[in-house]
Amino acid sequence: MGAELRRRAFALVAAAVAAASAGAAFAQGRTPVVPGAHDALAVAGPQAAQIGELWNLTVFICTAVFCAILLGVVFALWRSGRARDDEPADLSSIGRHERGPYLSVLWSVGVSIVLLLVLVVASVVTDRALARMSLENAVNIDVTGHQWWWELRYGGDKPSDSFTTANELHIPVGRPVILKLRADDVIHSFWVPSLAGKKDLIPGRTATLHFRADQAGRYRGQCAEFCGFQHAFMAFEVIAEPPDRYDAWVAAQRQPAAEPTDAGARRGQEVFLGSACIMCHAIEGTTAGARKAPDLTHLASRTTIAAGTLPNRSAELARWIANPQEFKPGTNMPATALPADDMRALVAYLESLK
Amino acid sequence: MTVSGTASPPRLNSVPPSAEDAAALERTWRDPPGLLGWLAAINHKEIGKRFIVTAFGFFVAGGLLAAAMRLQLAQPDNRLIGPDLYNQIFTMHGTTMMFLFAVPVMQAMSIYLVPLMIGSRSVAFPRMNAYGYWIYLFGGLMLFVAFALNIGPDAGWFSYVPLAGPDYSPGKRVDFWAQMITFTELSALIEAVILITGVLKLRAPGMTLNRIPLFVWGMLVTAFMVMFAMPAVMLASTALITDRLVATHFYNPAEGGDAILWQHLFWFFGHPEVYLIFIPGLGFMSAIIPTFARRPIFGYSAMVLSLIATAFLAFGLWVHHMFATNLPELGKSFFTAVSMMIAIPSAVQIFCWLATLWTGKLVFKTPLLFTFAFFFVLVLGGMTGIILASVPLDLQVHDTYFVVAHLHYVLIGGAVFPLFGAFYYWFPKITGRMLSERLGRWNFWLFLIGFNVTFFPMHMLGLQGMPRRVYTYGAEMGWSNLNALASLGALTIAISMLLFVINVWRSLRHGAVAGPNPWNAGTLEWSTPSPPPACNFEAIPVVGGRDPLWEPGGVRGHVAGLAVDSRELLMTTVLDAEPETRESFPEPTIWPFVGAVATTVFFIGSIFTPWAIVWGSVPVAIALTAWFWPKRRENTAHLALERAP
Amino acid sequence: MISRAPVVATLLACALAGCYREKREFESPPETPARDAARLSAVLPGGSAPLKPGAQPTPDRSRLDENAFAVNQGKRLYRWYNCSGCHSNGGGGMGVPLMDAEWRYGHEPRAIYASIVEGRPNGMPAFGGRIPDEQVWQIVAYVRSLSGQVQKDVAPSRSDTISGAPPENTRPEAKPAPGKAASSGR
Repeated sequence: MGAELRRRAFALVAAAVAAASAGAAFAQGRTPVVPGAHDALAVAGPQAAQIGELWNLTVFICTAVFCAILLGVVFALWRSGRARDDEPADLSSIGRHERGPYLSVLWSVGVSIVLLLVLVVASVVTDRALARMSLENAVNIDVTGHQWWWELRYGGDKPSDSFTTANELHIPVGRPVILKLRADDVIHSFWVPSLAGKKDLIPGRTATLHFRADQAGRYRGQCAEFCGFQHAFMAFEVIAEPPDRYDAWVAAQRQPAAEPTDAGARRGQEVFLGSACIMCHAIEGTTAGARKAPDLTHLASRTTIAAGTLPNRSAELARWIANPQEFKPGTNMPATALPADDMRALVAYLESLK
Repeated sequence: MTVSGTASPPRLNSVPPSAEDAAALERTWRDPPGLLGWLAAINHKEIGKRFIVTAFGFFVAGGLLAAAMRLQLAQPDNRLIGPDLYNQIFTMHGTTMMFLFAVPVMQAMSIYLVPLMIGSRSVAFPRMNAYGYWIYLFGGLMLFVAFALNIGPDAGWFSYVPLAGPDYSPGKRVDFWAQMITFTELSALIEAVILITGVLKLRAPGMTLNRIPLFVWGMLVTAFMVMFAMPAVMLASTALITDRLVATHFYNPAEGGDAILWQHLFWFFGHPEVYLIFIPGLGFMSAIIPTFARRPIFGYSAMVLSLIATAFLAFGLWVHHMFATNLPELGKSFFTAVSMMIAIPSAVQIFCWLATLWTGKLVFKTPLLFTFAFFFVLVLGGMTGIILASVPLDLQVHDTYFVVAHLHYVLIGGAVFPLFGAFYYWFPKITGRMLSERLGRWNFWLFLIGFNVTFFPMHMLGLQGMPRRVYTYGAEMGWSNLNALASLGALTIAISMLLFVINVWRSLRHGAVAGPNPWNAGTLEWSTPSPPPACNFEAIPVVGGRDPLWEPGGVRGHVAGLAVDSRELLMTTVLDAEPETRESFPEPTIWPFVGAVATTVFFIGSIFTPWAIVWGSVPVAIALTAWFWPKRRENTAHLALERAP
Repeated sequence: MISRAPVVATLLACALAGCYREKREFESPPETPARDAARLSAVLPGGSAPLKPGAQPTPDRSRLDENAFAVNQGKRLYRWYNCSGCHSNGGGGMGVPLMDAEWRYGHEPRAIYASIVEGRPNGMPAFGGRIPDEQVWQIVAYVRSLSGQVQKDVAPSRSDTISGAPPENTRPEAKPAPGKAASSGR
């Protein structure tokens, strides 16, 4: 029996490994992005840090309790007697108050209650601390979640100072950021683990999230509420920069798109304005003004495309435009096959939109 | 007073039961033979067995779906399964496990075991019991047929709107999910009514509420929870169906509805749901541990009060699933407090079991091994639950693989491991054969090790930022190794399940024959032969203690005078189980099956058109009328049993 | 009964394997958007007419109106591409109503496709080269649902917006009479 069982088990394992390796043959050649920091325990701002402290306290207490209970099990196994199958049951406890076990249970429950109270208090205190972060001189950004990209709208003193971008947030180091979160279609969730907890974007509601980055760097975020086919590839980046770099970025973003200078890029602009692109994408300074897809005015200033799926380089951009379904099956952007030189021109134009 | 024209006075059972009594009772209580008899069966043991096998079948199906997911996630950027199919697979996995396996299997075990444990010959409403089974079976089959036709639901097992609404989930996919809810919740409510009535009115004389086994307490508490929780999800899913089919606006914020309404309604059910799964697991623990520690449970009253406290508190936790929404923060803190508080009654239970084990004399058999797994796995899951109860911590790990790890630790540790212990414990009673101890230990260790290898790494994955419900992930994220490890663990779990199936298969044919009480346990079900005869007890015992087979005077005598040629039961009072009245029970009939088919047509039709509710109600009404139509022969027999004071 | 169960299960599985499955296709053969090529058809009121010789044939995807996913995508595109700017939710405005039985250039999918791709006199822009073919067919399928010509269980229900019109799956079928000439007045 044992040998037959082993042979069958081995066959099963071999089949499973083969199936999994077949998956490797399917794994497509998607050029990986170099991600920013994306770890709840690698904190870079006060919100995440507060949460991190509560995490440490809670894990410490929970680990201690878990070990205590395991020790209790081991102790019970060690100290208990052993019986044969047919040994009669011990009925001496009926009608008798078992003092030892009673006190042990009582004390254990008492200690548990105290520890739980400590954790409840710690949790509420942390909650309050998170809400009390100073919001002076904050940057206000409106975030709208779409299937499967992030629309970001920055305001300014004058209405003409506002601009729209997509998938890449820039924030100044040391200043609080207030995000207004809205959803255009289904529920999404804005989560950048290194900086703050998450908040859901719910259609019909405007939620608020605030945080601050205390260190410059690139922090990755990802949608954390199942939102359809490409929930897996709906990432974004938060780039925290020194205030002067941030101001320069804002000033650049406020400008309309640069007019193309060389012939290739000019042809590319013609291709853009003559194809399906303008049905959904906008480029400020041209006649393309649709708001159904990411704003491309300063596409070349971003490090990734397709909501963090691909690096923003010519080859990847061309492959993405030719067939988005290859990388994000189910996404709303259709395939656009262009003759090779048209595609080159288009990519050159897009890469000029700094 | 007998009705004139009756052939002979009814035969009543005597104590001790004679061979003619036994043969007559067997004829009276067994189900009719043949295919029609199989469809008309109402004996609770037969329905219970079907229920258990069906639920286990769904468990295997859900497991295969999980295996597909782990295969896809074993490598980054994997193309084995695309997003559309993956979304259907993870939705089907969650839906199957939660609605078609976890709650039904617990109700199935209770249908089989509770009448035996309380000294009754039947459940309270045997025909409705059969109807509840068929409804469950047809609802589950409907869901899987939809999946096979590529119209399985794909919006997650809790189906948030607006993703599951008419605008973003086109076609009938989510409608099948919502209607499956109607099927399974109807079945669950029916089983709850049956259980509550049975436990309160059909106990053997002398079995006061203070003496019923803790497993029966657990199922009683669970049944009350079902009555309060299921209506919320039926309401939610019905509103979803009407939104999708006839353009109501319950969940449409633009017209005055609210997307969060769905979350409140669903989680008001959804949180008690997990306790519906967990509390029977606690019941299994309280049944197995005393037997293999050779002593009655320590702290019976505390255990009962803990079960009731857990059930009450379970209804006050639901917003902890919604901490990431923009509900007011002060309100969320309340739910943090209650979510942590519910750990206290569970802690009481754990400490009482430890006290029982510590002061007992242990017999190391497979059922006891599975209870040890509970202490390790469930307690770890409980700790991560405490982490998730805190709003700030939850805001980091909500909707990540940390939650996936937590929920599997508490559900598998708290319910599935005890369930497997219960399978090994009661298999001899149900089938008359012992399961192999050797295969049982292999099953147990592979399951435990495989489970931890699969789900422990997911805690880390969640902290490293991996969200739930992603069909693949980039190689650059650094999640690849832990995912590969988790997939390897899943393979181990699959092998352990295969061993279980092999164990059952072989033991049914070649297992050691089990006597009535192979474990020398103390509760009433072990006093019957294995498997029990159709009537359960040839003479109903009169009970004098909590462990009737252990305590001297535990069985003080037996009840004589119940009919053997007709289905007659003794009903007792609610608190003290004093004999109250004799009740005649109905005979097997095909109408529950026909009624279930008519109800199925009614439900499935209403997915496609509201007119199905009008036309579909006609066959249902006909079936129900035929079901309740009194039969002259039965009436005559029942009247013959009446005695004037 | 035990031995019959595997047979029954296998038969059921075979039966299911033969059933029709809902398809959701994301990849479609991308066609080169011919920005300057004119896809000419006979623009004759009163019914759909065949393409003029020399016109480019495109794959006929008119069966998309049996696919709920495609019709729903069409609804989304109808909103995004601002068809409702002229046609509202089928009631018309600057543009003609799409929910009635009057189809000046034909009501079959191919005719609606031609109308969208080539444009029509009196203000219907030509979207050929702007909207990819597959998307046009999805919009065609949706437009047919506006007049109730799509099966009730395929047509979309209400949208998650302000209710502007009855949901498409409740609209009565406005079947165009065969051979009816376009009426005057527009």
